[in-house]
Amino acid sequence: MSRLYGPKGWLLIGLAGLLLLVVFPILSLKVPSDSTFHLSQYWVTLIGKIMCFAIVAIAMDLIWGYTGILSLGHGLFFALGGYAMGMYLMRQIGREGQYQSELPDFMVFLDWKELPWHWWNTDQFWWAALLVVLVPGLLALVFGFFAFRSRVKGVYFSIITQALTFAAMLLFFRNATGFGGNNGFTDFKRILGLPITTPETRMILFVSTGIFLVGTLLIARWIVTSKFGRVLTAIRDAETRVAFCGYNTVYYKLAIFTFSAVLCGIAGALYVPQVGIINPSEMSPANSIEIAIWVAVGGRGTLAGAIVGAGLVNYGKSYFTQAFPEYWLFALGLIFILVTLFLPRGVLGLLSRTKAK
Amino acid sequence: MSSSALPANEGGSFSHFAAGGLDATHGVVLYLEDISVSFDGFQALSKLSLQIDVGELRCVIGPNGAGKTTMMDVITGKARADAGSAFFGQTIDLARLSEAEIAHAGIGRKFQKPTIFEQHSVFENLELAMKADKRVRKTLFSVLSSEQKDLISKYLETIRLQDSADRIAGLLSHGQKQWLEIGMLLVQEPKLLLLDEPVAGMSDEETERTAELFLSLAGQHSLVVVEHDMAFIEKIARKVTVLHEGSVLAEGPMSQVQNDPKVIEVYLGR
Repeated sequence: MSRLYGPKGWLLIGLAGLLLLVVFPILSLKVPSDSTFHLSQYWVTLIGKIMCFAIVAIAMDLIWGYTGILSLGHGLFFALGGYAMGMYLMRQIGREGQYQSELPDFMVFLDWKELPWHWWNTDQFWWAALLVVLVPGLLALVFGFFAFRSRVKGVYFSIITQALTFAAMLLFFRNATGFGGNNGFTDFKRILGLPITTPETRMILFVSTGIFLVGTLLIARWIVTSKFGRVLTAIRDAETRVAFCGYNTVYYKLAIFTFSAVLCGIAGALYVPQVGIINPSEMSPANSIEIAIWVAVGGRGTLAGAIVGAGLVNYGKSYFTQAFPEYWLFALGLIFILVTLFLPRGVLGLLSRTKAK
Repeated sequence: MSSSALPANEGGSFSHFAAGGLDATHGVVLYLEDISVSFDGFQALSKLSLQIDVGELRCVIGPNGAGKTTMMDVITGKARADAGSAFFGQTIDLARLSEAEIAHAGIGRKFQKPTIFEQHSVFENLELAMKADKRVRKTLFSVLSSEQKDLISKYLETIRLQDSADRIAGLLSHGQKQWLEIGMLLVQEPKLLLLDEPVAGMSDEETERTAELFLSLAGQHSLVVVEHDMAFIEKIARKVTVLHEGSVLAEGPMSQVQNDPKVIEVYLGR
C-alpha cells in the first residue's frame, strides 16, 4: 500500500550510498595523504564506528520508537556480536601472539592447556558469523519470551533488561568465563587472512558497514511500512485493543525484539575489527542508556532520526572527549534533558516543524 | 473442538476455530453460569448467570459497581472467574482462551473509553481490526486485496467516516471515535458484540444514529449493550437485564423492569 520512500528519500539514500561506497574510498585510498581532500584513518575509523552505532540506533528505534518498548539492554546484544567476532579475530592471530602459542595470549597467561568448549570452531569465519546472529538472537528470543509472556511492561522491562546487561558484564569480567576478563580481546592481526590494520582492509570493513547500514535502513523501513509495522505502532498506542482485535501481541513483540537484537549483534561484529578491541565495558548499563539517547536526540519512530542522532551524539562525544574529557557525561545528561524537555520529537521533529512554518 | 487440544500460545494460530467455530445450535450464543469474581476481597460478581440468544440485542443496566464491566472482562478473557463457567456457543469454553483467541472466536468488545489507534489513519484502524490471518509472518507479508478494500469502504460508510478515511484517528471527535471503534468491531465480523457505554459523549443526533445502527445489526449479530443513558436504552431495548451487586436483579422487557419495585429501589428511583 505504501511506498518505501518517495523520490526525495531515494535520492538522499542514493547520495549517501555514493558517498560511503565510492567517494570516501577514493578519498581515503587514491588521494595522496598530503592533500586536503585525503580522508585520514582517524575519520575512516570514526565514520565506520558511527555507522555501526547507527545500525544499533535503527534497531533501538524499531523496538522503542515504533513498538514502545524501551530496552536498556541493547548494548549487551551489540557486545555479544562483538565478542563472537572477537573470538574469530583472536584465533586469526595464530602463533603471532606474545607467547607464540596456538591459544590466545590470555589463556596462556591463565595457564590453560586447551580451548574451552565454547571456543569450538571459532577459527572458522562462517561459524563466527553464525554466532554473531544466533547468540544475541537466541538470548533475545528466550528472554523476551518470558518477559512478554509474563506481561512485563514499561519501566519494569527497561529495568530487567538493564539488569541483564549488568549481570552479563559481571560474568564477562571473570577470567574463568573464558573471554579474556576485563581486558577482553585486542591486538588483532588479521581478518579473513588480510592484515587488519592496512588502509585497504579498513576500507573493506568501512564499505561493508556502509552496505549493512543502508540495508538495515531499507529492511527496517519495509517492516514499519508493512501491516506488521502498523501492528507494532498499534501495540505502542493501545495494546489491549490490539489483543482484542485478535493479535497475539507476545509474538509481535518477540519478533521485533529478536530482530532488533540480531541487528545489534551484526553491528557489534562490524565494530570490533574497526576499533580493534572488545571488552566487558561495552556491556555497562551506561552504554545501553546512551543508545536510547541517540534515538531520542534524532527523533523516535522515524528511522532516519536514529541515524542522525547516532551521528550527532557520537561526533559530539569524540569531539568532547578530546577537548574536555571529564565533562562528556555531564554534556550527555544535559543533551538528554534538553531534548526531552524541548524536542520531544528530536532533531527530525524540529526540522519538520520549521518546514511546516 | 475443545480448546485444550491447542498447545498454550501456539504461535497465535487459531486454526481450531476455522472449521465452523461457533456452535450455536441451541439458539444461544453466550452462557454465563454462576460466575463469581472477587478482587482483593471485593466481590465484583457473585453467581451471575446470563444467557444471550443468537441475534438478540440485550441491554444491561445497573448502578456503578454492579459488575457490568467485570462481566465483560470475564467474557473477553481480561479477567478470570473464580467460579462458574462461561461458554461461547455450546462448545467454546472462554475460561481457557486468551484475549486474542476469544477475539478470533468471534467476540468483539468496545471499551468504555474509546480505544482506537490514535496515530493511525481511520482506514488503517479498520485494516488492522479486519478479520484476517493475524499471525506474525502472514501480517508481515500481507497485502490488501481489492475485496478487503471494498469491505473496509463498506464499513466506513456504515460508521459514516468515509470522508475521513485518511485522517489520523486521534483527530476525530469523541463521538466519531466511538463510531470508529464500533466499526473496528464490525469489520472483525464477530458473532457477539459487547458494547460498554457506546453513546457516552455523543451528541443527540449521533446517539440517534447509533440506536438505528444497533437495531439494524441485531439479527445478524448478537449484541450486549451496557449503558447509563436511559433514553438510549428505551430506544433500543427489547430485553433488559439489571445487575446489582454482582448478580442479576431483574430481567425482562423494559416496561416490566422499569416497574419492578426492586429495580426502582436500587437504581431507577435514585
